Amino acid sequence: MGLLSDPNRRRALTNLLTRLNAPICVVCYLAGVMWFMGLAFEPFTLRTYMSENAMGSTMVEEHFPAGERALATGREFAAHKKKVGGMPVNWLVKTMESRGLEVFTQSFTRKLPFPDENKERYLVRGTNVYGILRAPRASRTEALVLTAPCSQGNANNQAVGLLLGLAQYFRSQVYWAKDIIFLVNEHDLIGMQAWLEGYHHTNTTGGDWSPLHGRGGSIQASLSLELSSDVITSLDLVLEGLNGQLPNLDLANLFHAFCQKIGVLCTIQGKLQRNDWESTSGYSHSAQTMMLMVLKQASGRPWGDHGLFLRYHIEAATIRGINSFRQYKTDTTTIGRLLEGMYRKLNNLLERLHQSYFFYLMPSLTRFVSIGYYMPAFGLLAVILLLRVSFHLSDRRGLGVGLTRYPGVLSILTPVVISHMTGVALYCLPVMSQEMAVQHFPVSETEAVVLTAIAIYTAGLALPHNTHRYTLPLVLKLVALLYLAVLLGCTALINFSLGFILALSLVPIAAFITPHTHKPLSAAIMVLLSPGCTLLYCVLIFQELQETPVSLQDGWMLFLSVISQGILDHSLYGSLVYPLLALLIYPCWLLLWNILFWK
Amino acid sequence: KRNQCYFKRSLNVVCTSRFWFNYRHVANTLSVYRSVKRLGIPDSHIVLMLADDMACNHRNPKPATVFSHKNMELNVYGDDVEVDYRGYEVTVENFLRVLTGRLPPSTPRSKRLLSDDRSNILIYLTGHGGNGFLKFQDSEEISNVELADAFEQMWTKRRYNELLFIIDTCQGASMYERFYSPNIMALASSQVGEDSLSHQPDLAIGVHLMDRYTFYLLEFLEDIHPSSTTNMKDLFKVCPKSQCVSTPGHRTDLFLRDPGSVLITDFFGSVRKVEITTDTINLTAPMVHLEDTRPVRELRTEIQTYMDQLPVAEIIHQKPKQKDWHPPDGFILGLWTLILLVFFKTYGIKHLKHIF
Repeated sequence: MGLLSDPNRRRALTNLLTRLNAPICVVCYLAGVMWFMGLAFEPFTLRTYMSENAMGSTMVEEHFPAGERALATGREFAAHKKKVGGMPVNWLVKTMESRGLEVFTQSFTRKLPFPDENKERYLVRGTNVYGILRAPRASRTEALVLTAPCSQGNANNQAVGLLLGLAQYFRSQVYWAKDIIFLVNEHDLIGMQAWLEGYHHTNTTGGDWSPLHGRGGSIQASLSLELSSDVITSLDLVLEGLNGQLPNLDLANLFHAFCQKIGVLCTIQGKLQRNDWESTSGYSHSAQTMMLMVLKQASGRPWGDHGLFLRYHIEAATIRGINSFRQYKTDTTTIGRLLEGMYRKLNNLLERLHQSYFFYLMPSLTRFVSIGYYMPAFGLLAVILLLRVSFHLSDRRGLGVGLTRYPGVLSILTPVVISHMTGVALYCLPVMSQEMAVQHFPVSETEAVVLTAIAIYTAGLALPHNTHRYTLPLVLKLVALLYLAVLLGCTALINFSLGFILALSLVPIAAFITPHTHKPLSAAIMVLLSPGCTLLYCVLIFQELQETPVSLQDGWMLFLSVISQGILDHSLYGSLVYPLLALLIYPCWLLLWNILFWK
Repeated sequence: KRNQCYFKRSLNVVCTSRFWFNYRHVANTLSVYRSVKRLGIPDSHIVLMLADDMACNHRNPKPATVFSHKNMELNVYGDDVEVDYRGYEVTVENFLRVLTGRLPPSTPRSKRLLSDDRSNILIYLTGHGGNGFLKFQDSEEISNVELADAFEQMWTKRRYNELLFIIDTCQGASMYERFYSPNIMALASSQVGEDSLSHQPDLAIGVHLMDRYTFYLLEFLEDIHPSSTTNMKDLFKVCPKSQCVSTPGHRTDLFLRDPGSVLITDFFGSVRKVEITTDTINLTAPMVHLEDTRPVRELRTEIQTYMDQLPVAEIIHQKPKQKDWHPPDGFILGLWTLILLVFFKTYGIKHLKHIF
């Protein structure tokens, strides 16, 4: 008979699982972590390759000549920006019209739920200016977008200059099969959100914007340009978008292909590629690059202006020019040629980019790991929860004694409802009660919001634990384990990095917490591995990986600003990380805390 | 030879690929078309099928041109190209109908292959292919068995005298493996398991312009003029492995004549046999028919009647289609009423309530 159908063998298997459950869980956890770290090891990764046939292997000779003129335009833009004190709308409209584009503007206003201290804005009012280059012979069914942000101070002037230079050059060519939209957006992501919502006739985040009068058809791909210096030493590619969504890998492959052809140094996560994967330092370099991508993806915020396009199924990436202390410099004409080559290739597309992967991790610009390779790492962690469920069902020693009455399912509703109500309070109260907090305490609105959130988080630790008289801790623990398994599974499907990081910290405590473990030690471990502290560790590790390590005090300030940014991202762009943590993960952790302090 | 008959030439030149990145297939086809037109074959004898329009594609930086050599030396589109089947009309069904002549009466002359048993036909196919099939338009395929059967139909209907089949695709030799009709000679650009490679990209247009085999075939044809005496054996030597990377193949076992005696212009060029005579011919006296001294060919012993390839009478006087005869509807109704009445008479009217 088979392994599972033979009752003797099945009993033996169950006994094995029950006896050795804890060691198997530990082994699974270590295997999951090692699998994840092994993803950065080069022999386990694949080399990137171009999957889209239409973007084929032939290259065109690029002829963009006007780098210097683009820089001059950028300087003019800077002067007008300083004169107006914001976006020089009239000058931009006139310049774009003189280049033969159809120019339109869009004005928008947005009131943030509380002032943003990082960017120092509260009531945002701005204008987006965009010009459409109509394809000379094609019908207006498809479009490509090139954007540059209008930033404050001296940032990104060269980007706008290059955008206008490319617009003039593109206008004189006859081979465009799609419309090209040149967009200069104000107030970076807020302006971009307003433009995209206006273009697609949706209003998901409650902003106020004027409707768009000019349209170019369905957008196939988009590039966002950030260039703040006349010469650069390398180009950085930013892929991570809102809610951890990534563009099609073919866009990164296209960028890399052109970097190689033109001979520009290209990086991802700001890190250069190394060739020595056998050595420890080479491996740690790839691992650091991959960890940076994981942390950025887990944060769920768009790391460039392109991040908001991905929601509309438009493949987009940001190209950032970096000027560091290297000998070999690249001038604006070369960057213009690179962009010209990329747009000519995108012009050849017949359908949206879909041949390559949408879910991947990149330890370097030429190596990637696809979802089929990295998901088992999460699977190994999730299986621990299922193993514990089976253990508790078969072995009722720890949690089953004490009560003769059969516990109903409704009896566990009380702790579940209380935890979720706390979660709802954590989600709603900080923003709603900021005024009251400002009246009573000498803090600014942003600090009030963040500190209220932390206060509610800590207050949850003091919730009453004796609301359940007629139930068993076993039932609550099973419910908590299954709930956590489903939650982490769904999160990992949408945003693998977020799901994996949460699993790393929550699975150990979910697996081993019972009312009978040593209370002070378990309480300390639970607090140290709670979602809030996980966020703090992630912030510290992120700063360490960026090679700007911070002290604990600075890390704490950064942590507070990260919380405020998370709440702002959620209300401005619809990021899901803050609601997920507040409404679902935190109540789950409270349930486990409840089990620990069972009386 | 003085008493050799004149054989018409007909051509069917087909490009089966669409999309901008298959520019080279259209350029291949147009180059062959241009060569045979240069050698004298008129458009009325050529059926040109192009699956996509490269000249007017939005991505073409030089609109209304299709180049076959880089640096844009040669525009093979020109201004006198006559495309008979364009765009989505290039399907397997249309291709087979053109070959076998089974076209609806409304099809114009230019879309028909008007050939008979005294035609030498050249068929040139290019596109993406595999082992035993050729892809049409990214949506359907023609297999080598279908092609062989179509050629057998052509032979049975006496639609060709001799047929030269050239194919430039990956694994092209698989397409002529199954031929079984006589008088067919076939050439392919690569053997089974090999890929046919493209020749050169153009850096201004951004695509590959030609395939290697057709490029060297064209170089070879550029040296042919209407009175050349080059024979098929030289054609087999076109594009050796050193130039083509793939191994071109050919098949001559079905051909009755020796390939060395077959001139290239028998298929590619339109050569009129001119007979110069110094005797005077009396036009007023009645003509005396000469005895037929042609060698009797064993294959044709029965009297043939030619199928009417262009049934003008049918087109002009549109006869209504004959429908099958049905008995009138009222008759059927009456029949069923009769059956029902007989039933109720026999078994009693009380059963009626069980039905209503």
